[in-house]
Amino acid sequence: MSRSRKLLIVGGLLLVVWGMSYGLYYALFDEHQTLESITVSLSNGFAAAAQRDMSKAKAALDGYETAKFEYAREVDVHSHWSGLALLLILFGLIFDQVAFSERVRFYLAMMLVVGSFAFPLGVWLQTVDRGAGPQALAIVGAAFLIIALSAVAVGFAARQKGTA
Amino acid sequence: MPEIANRAAAFPRMGARRLLIIGGILLIVAGMIFGDIFAVFVLHQNADRIGGHLVAATEAVAAADATAAQSHIISIGGGGGLLENRGTKVDTHVHIIVFGYIALLLALLQPYVALSDKRKRQLALLFIAGSTLLPVSVFLIYYVGTAGSPLASAGIGWASIVADFGGLLVIIACAGELGGLWRHLRSQREAVKAEELLPDRSWPSRALLTGGTLLVLAGFIHGAYYAGADLYDHEAQDVALLGAMVESAAAQNLTAALQAVNDYGGLQANKAVKIAAHAHIIEFGTLALLLAFIQPFVFLSERWKRRWVIIFLLGSVVLPVFVLLELQWGLVAGGIADVGGFLAIIALLGMLTGVLRYTGKLDAPEGATK
Repeated sequence: MSRSRKLLIVGGLLLVVWGMSYGLYYALFDEHQTLESITVSLSNGFAAAAQRDMSKAKAALDGYETAKFEYAREVDVHSHWSGLALLLILFGLIFDQVAFSERVRFYLAMMLVVGSFAFPLGVWLQTVDRGAGPQALAIVGAAFLIIALSAVAVGFAARQKGTA
Repeated sequence: MPEIANRAAAFPRMGARRLLIIGGILLIVAGMIFGDIFAVFVLHQNADRIGGHLVAATEAVAAADATAAQSHIISIGGGGGLLENRGTKVDTHVHIIVFGYIALLLALLQPYVALSDKRKRQLALLFIAGSTLLPVSVFLIYYVGTAGSPLASAGIGWASIVADFGGLLVIIACAGELGGLWRHLRSQREAVKAEELLPDRSWPSRALLTGGTLLVLAGFIHGAYYAGADLYDHEAQDVALLGAMVESAAAQNLTAALQAVNDYGGLQANKAVKIAAHAHIIEFGTLALLLAFIQPFVFLSERWKRRWVIIFLLGSVVLPVFVLLELQWGLVAGGIADVGGFLAIIALLGMLTGVLRYTGKLDAPEGATK
């Protein structure tokens, strides 16, 4: 098995286990609490507005915004890690059919693996730090994935021409 | 003929690979049918009920009735609320399909897993059991609630506990497969049988590989565009519209408050179709890549294999594109998207028929299959 395939398959399997373990942890210890926080904040906001306490209503809606921001990203991270892991393993099985040298394939595999770990990690880090750093990590990870994926598509098409 | 015999050896009748391929396709088909039923009978009705409660909550704010306002919001998002109804069904749909994908993937990896046949079968059965238990239990969360649960105080009911147990079974099965793969890598054995699958360069396999990669790429680009152009804007609008609802209602301006509720509904629909299109196009792309590998085990004539591939790829494009067009074309686009989903399901069932016909009697002469 070539180095690029080994990297993709092992990276993908590790990411599957990591993504699922994260999902299990999240479902057990975080999801219910976050959903509860979203509902409580929103209902408190409406109740405070009904009592004409607008500063309390605004504070409650801010709490809602924070909880919802976290929830969207935490769910996205779980689905993206698991989905990307599948893609890594799949490509690992067929990577020799990408019509580039093994060296180029290894760099592409490295970009796919790094991007698959980094992009969701950047998204998750936004739940603890809303600064530019986590966003930049997510953007770089996504860019790695899109560039590598485009190259893989070209590699498949090129090989198919040659074998047709 | 030797190639066919090798394929038969790699695909024994009750072997782990066959169990995983059949189980995987059945899980995916079940998940898609569930998704269609959910979209037609639950999704829109649930959204209407959420809108109704938001209107009632807004009117309660205007009437200075804090208890009623709170009660309507809890009916939307609290335990047993409408968001839980929607969320658990989306989770069921997503998990059952993703587990189907993983089952197909594990089927492909079997020759690389250095474990006994018996152990591989046990892991395959464990995986399928967990993959069934988790989504079924997630579906039941809304109906079972927290009655009799030891974790009721944390809002966790029995259905959630059983779902987590199902997830644990899946993790154990995957960890077992990973262990087998590690043993294989350490022993440096050549996966001769596995290699036979991969060079399949038939038209159906090539079409699925190319189509799948392009679908995944399109989904990534769409997702990146959505994240850059819409995500933060949608999140800001979400809170701004809720703020407008409560402020306008508190100021007795019900017209403006109800307009904010209406705009909020439009925003949720906008978000939902864009996320659904992104998720579905990538899922279909991944599935196409997976199906490329199992084509050697689809015991049908080349002509029928091509037909199923074309129908599957057609459905894979039609569904996400018309989901996206629902904002402009409304129910017409929704109906066409459902037809796309139906085409994909039919194609999968066609391929499954071919897998079930693959009895191991692969010495049938070419052309004997129809």
